[in-house]
Amino acid sequence: MTELIKKTASELIELMHSGEVSSVEITQAHLDQISKVDSQIHSFLVVNAESALATAKDVDARRKAGEVLPMLAGLPIAVKDNLTTVDAPTTAGSKILEGWIPPYDATVVTKLRNQLMPILGKTNLDEFAMGSSTEFSAYGPSKNPWDISRTPGGSGGGSSSVISSFQAPLAIGSDTGGSIRFPAAVTGTVGIKPTYGAISRYGLIALASSLDQIGPVARNVLDAAYLQDVIAGHDPFDSTSLPDSLGSMVEAAKAGSLAGKRFGLIKQLSGEGFQQGVRNRFAEAIKLITDAGGEIVEVDCPSFEYAIDAYYLILPAEASSNLAKFDSVRFGMRVTPEGNPTIEKVMSATREAGFGPEVKRRIILGTYALSAGSFDKFYGAAQKVRTLIQRDFANAFSKADVLISPTAPTTAFKFGEKVADPLAMYLNDIATIPANLAGLPGISVPIGLADEDQLPVGIQFLAPSYKDGLLYEVGAALESTLEGIWGKRMIDFAPKLEVN
Amino acid sequence: MAKANLMDYEKAISLFEVVIGLEVHVELNTKTKMFCGCRNEFGEEPNTNVCPVCIGLPGSLPTVNKKAVESSISIGLALGCQIAPTGRFARKNYFYPDLAKNFQTSQYDEPIAFAGALDVEVPSGKVFTVQIERAHMEEDAGKLTHVGGATGRIQGAEYSLVDYNRAGVPLVEIVTKPVFGAGAEAPELAAAYVRSIREIVRALGVSDARMERGNVRCDANVSLRPIGQEKLGTRTETKNVNSLRSIERAVRYEIQRQAQILADGGTIIQETRHWHEDKGSTSSGRPKSDADDYRYFPEPDLVPVMPSNELIESLRAKLPENPADKRKRLAGEWGFAEMEFRDVVNAGLLDFIEEAVAAGAKPQAARKWYSGEIARIANSEDKDVSELNITPAQVAELANLVDAGKINDRIARTVLAEVLAGKGSPEEIVKAQGLEVVSDDGALIAAIDEALAKQPDVLEKIREGKLQAAGAVIGAVMQAMKGQADAARVRELVLERANQS
Amino acid sequence: MSEITPDLVRHLANLARIDLTDAELLRFTEQLSVIVDSVAKISNIVDENTPATSHPIPLNNVFREDEIRPSLTQADALSGAPDSAQGRFKVAAILDEE
Repeated sequence: MTELIKKTASELIELMHSGEVSSVEITQAHLDQISKVDSQIHSFLVVNAESALATAKDVDARRKAGEVLPMLAGLPIAVKDNLTTVDAPTTAGSKILEGWIPPYDATVVTKLRNQLMPILGKTNLDEFAMGSSTEFSAYGPSKNPWDISRTPGGSGGGSSSVISSFQAPLAIGSDTGGSIRFPAAVTGTVGIKPTYGAISRYGLIALASSLDQIGPVARNVLDAAYLQDVIAGHDPFDSTSLPDSLGSMVEAAKAGSLAGKRFGLIKQLSGEGFQQGVRNRFAEAIKLITDAGGEIVEVDCPSFEYAIDAYYLILPAEASSNLAKFDSVRFGMRVTPEGNPTIEKVMSATREAGFGPEVKRRIILGTYALSAGSFDKFYGAAQKVRTLIQRDFANAFSKADVLISPTAPTTAFKFGEKVADPLAMYLNDIATIPANLAGLPGISVPIGLADEDQLPVGIQFLAPSYKDGLLYEVGAALESTLEGIWGKRMIDFAPKLEVN
Repeated sequence: MAKANLMDYEKAISLFEVVIGLEVHVELNTKTKMFCGCRNEFGEEPNTNVCPVCIGLPGSLPTVNKKAVESSISIGLALGCQIAPTGRFARKNYFYPDLAKNFQTSQYDEPIAFAGALDVEVPSGKVFTVQIERAHMEEDAGKLTHVGGATGRIQGAEYSLVDYNRAGVPLVEIVTKPVFGAGAEAPELAAAYVRSIREIVRALGVSDARMERGNVRCDANVSLRPIGQEKLGTRTETKNVNSLRSIERAVRYEIQRQAQILADGGTIIQETRHWHEDKGSTSSGRPKSDADDYRYFPEPDLVPVMPSNELIESLRAKLPENPADKRKRLAGEWGFAEMEFRDVVNAGLLDFIEEAVAAGAKPQAARKWYSGEIARIANSEDKDVSELNITPAQVAELANLVDAGKINDRIARTVLAEVLAGKGSPEEIVKAQGLEVVSDDGALIAAIDEALAKQPDVLEKIREGKLQAAGAVIGAVMQAMKGQADAARVRELVLERANQS
Repeated sequence: MSEITPDLVRHLANLARIDLTDAELLRFTEQLSVIVDSVAKISNIVDENTPATSHPIPLNNVFREDEIRPSLTQADALSGAPDSAQGRFKVAAILDEE
């Protein structure tokens, strides 16, 4: 049964439903893999073996008793550590929250528990999800299973590496500017940022409230669809949660098709300045789409040029306010300086010691963007750029059903390569950020390995808001075309990890 | 802190024009908080009406209380405001330990109500129209207790304790435009304005409106400019003025303080000042400075409030009578003299009398009790009439007992004291203590005969037209009856006896 | 040239309650200068006629009925607090002694 961990979530669901495999077996297989490889990969900040196995046993007993169980019952999952869980510390990758056990579960976590899914543990991330590599995690970076000298992307590098190193069949991520899609692209996995509001943010430790979105990370498109279907839906605790269901993503993925659809090639993101291997794979994907009956049209989105600038004002501004609550009063770390300090000094010392450099940098930038003298020029202007970007999207979607681009300009980069240069780091998100600014959904699907480094490349599909199903439809179709050519799954190209 | 030099008030008014501006915070009496389902109640066990939202735990998100929005719209409408077709919440960012998220969710450039006006009558009878700039929704902060050091004050405390039961309680902040032209009556106008706001929100039923409990709080802005000067002077904002009397005193104090500084060639510092009820003075708080950069921006976790016309009109239709109109109507219905009515209004007794009348009291009798004995007791105990342990219905009962001749005024005052002491309703007390007047004419006549026997010339004097001579007999009878007789009836009987003989 | 100076960064850090070291102050001043210079160009492509977008998906009038929900227990509320006393969160004194 060692190969259980190589199966997709959809296959595991079938195996459990048919009674061939128990949830305990599946859960234990993944726990075994965690003990084997996570000392190298460091996907997890905390592993909850006991509670995962308890859930698995419960599921097996109930299934045996003939109880009708939820669709994903017994399927283990990993959860990004910026979602609150009552039974595990929740740190958001920050020292300031070390050891904090929240008194409530995030809505998404509640949904996973209602599905009776064993939660294997909490995955690593850049501190408060600020970063593209997990190098800003206060608990050390996660490694890319394809090459452990490289980052697994970020901020959700824990969730991307957990999937690509077979430590979990499914994972939850969060995407503020690409934190699901970029890590997916550089680890050969599938990641989706659903339409803003499709999945409740209640219990997600906020980075930038108007950009944050929770989404699935998976080995293939269908697996992701299964997960989105169980975590989506209106939540009265999140005022920005969409009132209506977006329909079944599983059905959309199963109906996968490229034919007859118009694919908008975004002029500003067509690959100029991108790594050659990325451009090659992207060009091949375009050809496959055309061969399958899709039509390629070029669309012009001139304001995308300013997306990163607007993003790096809106995000820090909202984050500076969201992170103000980390003040040593109600939860988290407290640093008391020498002498008889006032609360103000205690707060300042705590925040100095508890936040890492990228968090401090962005809080100060955000404070500046919102301050009286610069509001109009920075934050105000950025919100207007957002309108321009939405207009560009509206215009593009009048010509195309789905927009395409490479997910990221490069394959996985090496540790330390960009950490000292914030602007270079920010450029990784050039293709993913516009979707967050406009609230619309995006998916990254693996399309092969770059010639020069044999590392995974992803394609990004973007759809109009509410049309998440369209992404699953085209994503699944392209994936199956590619698997037909390769004769195996993308994930199966991953080099075998050396086992301790 | 030393008490500031104060200029004589009349002199200050002769040299400077007073400009005031008032910010009134009204705490709504919704069942739950503004942004979460915790109970809107405090003063209970600390940190028991709290949840991840109102103690600002990571990951929590706010949700807007529908009733609070409707109450806010009603307040706006009652103040003659326009209701914004689109209103947004905004974050006001500043660090303070009673502020769980270190930002207050408030409204900034899109308040729910704006551009209203309120007619306010001051004690002299003059009516001023106060322009309302805006009314917006926001949340209250938690409560700090300062421990150690002297007297529980913030200064010198060793540490502080925070209770978030009050955090997130819905508030409506009502802000006036600068009010000009009240002159010497500015302090009275300030107090009368807050009284009107209190009357309005109480009539709407959207707030308990008890100032002593902080349901209605006032910050008073005061600035002076030399008479004839166009440019406004620098203003101070006096906080913590939580009774009508303090508002009046605090404004008067600031006028005198600022006038003296300006006359001495000094400058007024734009700052927050704190009112000290005990000392009758204000002291300097935080100076307003560039550091007060609240970095307002639209609250991304909440969506715009766009009240429909139907909602606005349905709330408008439910508005109670405007207090000014109501006063006009009641003045007519009750038939009080102009001065009597004004005194009642100025003393804040209108609502009590109205309720007593509704409970069956005659208007004059209710007025007599409230502006007489009850006001006197409240004053001597330094309390608001609302804090006394007697309901308007009980006052009506008391007045009616007197009216029906069951007790006389003197006994009634005793009964009132017993009611206030919590011994029961007036009727219960009269019954339990056997205080009802002797109405048995037989017993009275016997007592009169006894008294007349001792003063045989009285009847003769009465027959000669010296009716006041009856007084001596009445006094003797009342004494004999230990006060439990209706003096008017005794007088009647004495006069009857004189006419009979 | 950027308007970001060490004094400004110090002021912003104070507003944000972060007690930066001198080394951080200099490094952030440099890095923020580069970032601010780079992002400042956005104010050139918008004008007063461009509406601002604060919410990516336009919802409105999302309300909660005024109905009481269970609160946390006092113990749960205080469970993460670094310090507490008498059922309350305990913090250092607020003002310096006068």
